Amino acid sequence: MDDDRVLLAHGSGGLLTHDLIRSLFLRRFSNPCLAPLDDSARIETPNGELAFTTDSYVVNPIFFPGGDIGKLAVCGTVNDLSMIGAVPSSLSLSLIIEEGFPLSDLESIVSSIHEAAVLAAVEVVTGDTKVVEHGAADRLFINTSGIGWIRPGTSLSGSHAQPGDGILLSGYLGDHEMAILCAREGIETETPLESDCAPLNDLVQKMLEACPSIHCLRDPTRGGLATTLNEIAAMSNVGMVIDEEKIPVRDSVRGICELLGLDPLYLANEGKLIAFVPEPAIDLVLTVMKDHPLGKDAVLIGRVTDLYRPKVILRTLIGGHRILDMLSGMQYPRIC
Amino acid sequence: MKFIDEFRNPRLAEALVRKIRAATKRPIQLMEVCGTHTVSIFRYGIRGLLPPPINLLSGPGCPVCVTPNADIDFAIALAQEKDVILTTFGDMMRVPGSRSSLQKEKAQGADIRIVYSPLDTLRIAAKYPQKRVVFLAIGFETTSPSISVALLRAREEGLQNVFCLNCQKRVPPALKTLLQAERVRIDGFLLPGHVSAILGVAPYQFIAEQFGRPGVITGFEPLDILQGIGMLVKQIEEGRSEIEIQYRRVVRPEGNPLAASKIFEIFEEDQAQWRGFGSIPQSGYRLRDEFKAMDARHFPLAVEPPLEHPHCRCGEVLQGVVSPPDCPLYRVVCNPENPVGPCMVSVEGTCAAYYKYGNGGRGLESPKDENPTS
Repeated sequence: MDDDRVLLAHGSGGLLTHDLIRSLFLRRFSNPCLAPLDDSARIETPNGELAFTTDSYVVNPIFFPGGDIGKLAVCGTVNDLSMIGAVPSSLSLSLIIEEGFPLSDLESIVSSIHEAAVLAAVEVVTGDTKVVEHGAADRLFINTSGIGWIRPGTSLSGSHAQPGDGILLSGYLGDHEMAILCAREGIETETPLESDCAPLNDLVQKMLEACPSIHCLRDPTRGGLATTLNEIAAMSNVGMVIDEEKIPVRDSVRGICELLGLDPLYLANEGKLIAFVPEPAIDLVLTVMKDHPLGKDAVLIGRVTDLYRPKVILRTLIGGHRILDMLSGMQYPRIC
Repeated sequence: MKFIDEFRNPRLAEALVRKIRAATKRPIQLMEVCGTHTVSIFRYGIRGLLPPPINLLSGPGCPVCVTPNADIDFAIALAQEKDVILTTFGDMMRVPGSRSSLQKEKAQGADIRIVYSPLDTLRIAAKYPQKRVVFLAIGFETTSPSISVALLRAREEGLQNVFCLNCQKRVPPALKTLLQAERVRIDGFLLPGHVSAILGVAPYQFIAEQFGRPGVITGFEPLDILQGIGMLVKQIEEGRSEIEIQYRRVVRPEGNPLAASKIFEIFEEDQAQWRGFGSIPQSGYRLRDEFKAMDARHFPLAVEPPLEHPHCRCGEVLQGVVSPPDCPLYRVVCNPENPVGPCMVSVEGTCAAYYKYGNGGRGLESPKDENPTS
């Protein structure tokens, strides 16, 4: 059978995305900045290490409970910079707009970009606008790139997780993807679900001030917690044991997951992080996280181990054990 | 959602496991018929909690998996028609037919839409009156009443452009075929909870009466499954063979006659083709004569004869004769990204569960990791 078309699953953040990156991009663009495949690239300069990242946003619907495509475009890029220990400073902003898009909607999206930028203390310093004819794009796509200086004395990478590390999660899983899904499919919940979309740079700063030796930070976006853990397990060549009972998921999110047959561990988040913290600093970092509004529900969900490498093992609610695999295929397209 | 937590309580699970261990005196092979059971068993690591003499076999209870290539090929041919919108449950998208899959056809421009309810098909049909909207009807007795209601409503609403490619199946005839062939010893059945909510107990009585094996209609939460297994072990050790209900909060002995009757307002029993089993008498449905106009099988399409991958062992996996690692393709060329057979595609497929959750959960536990967060 021929596989000569791009499938939606190639954009899921799961296995097919990884295959595409490896087989298509890494083969041609192999260089020391790209090779680590962290959330941002590190570029050496005479003045220190610069972090550089880019991301495109195609979320549907563009307005959703808890945010819109503009807020997402700022937070996503700020978070990618934050996860390698950079202090985000400047963003670029590119819009691809479909002919006929309401100007009032554009205004409110630009306002929310501004608000999010103020909140994250970053400046939009360059930009571009393209308009394409009706039907050539779906309403509005946004690309942002960002730079920031990496804090001296930190060394965060997906390849730095070590046996013994505690795995901390900053809060409830799945809010973003479920809010998008409910908005798109018209599913109503008893308690309204909101995206967790938020800039994590301030939380990260507090955590790194308390413990500069945190080994790895990641925001579990597309593919969810399960995929992110597997990426880190592979990059660091370690095993992990995760305690399912400890993973916080809201009742409303769980309820819809049960109905639709989804697994909250694979749902995208836009305002959560996981931290791999050396054993002696676990309690300290957890306390700092809980003191921050974006980490108040933080919890220790598991440990890095030298067993099972590079697999992630889930200790299930009833005490059984099973492999927690990467996202395979796709859950839902255009969630970010 | 508190009611779910009660059925996932670790202390109760431990107590049930202890009871099963104490009661199990000899090697026992049990078949969980339903794909939802298979997934739950793997997802909660239940195989690893059971004493070694108990072997769980996965049965033919994944509707996607038992759909033969010929039906998938026909659905693909329908989707290739310019004036057809094909609606389907999401699981069918990635199932490889002989030469393509619905997912690949969609990428090439076919209008294929994933629906959560058969009724969504009516909404689409009303919106696109110039299109023929074909629902790919896959499912067992659980799904058939809602499919029937949707088709009946399409008739009531006068929607002339709603059609059905019927691939629905009935579970009990497949179990009978399995027991008649006896290619593998099955000491007892975990019977499907939701299918039985429609059917009740009667259609399974032949298992106990004719074949002398026990069956327990079981729910899908981990404690349901552990309790169902415990009830089977007890029957086996006591030399009984009866059809019992563990899933009492949902299943009544008489089933749901109203829902069952809806099916027969529009369908009648017919033989059906099953992957791995071939044709099984009375194991499917055909549209009654007065609804023949809705039958998409009558569309004049040229469909090439189906091809089977010569080494794919999905058919035997579905009968519990081999387990996925026995298949030469498993993990070597067949994986969830590039599935060769349907059992690797469906979320309820046995191969996918093996692949995703790893060896059925046996051999993963380690005393050192009992409590990773304490």
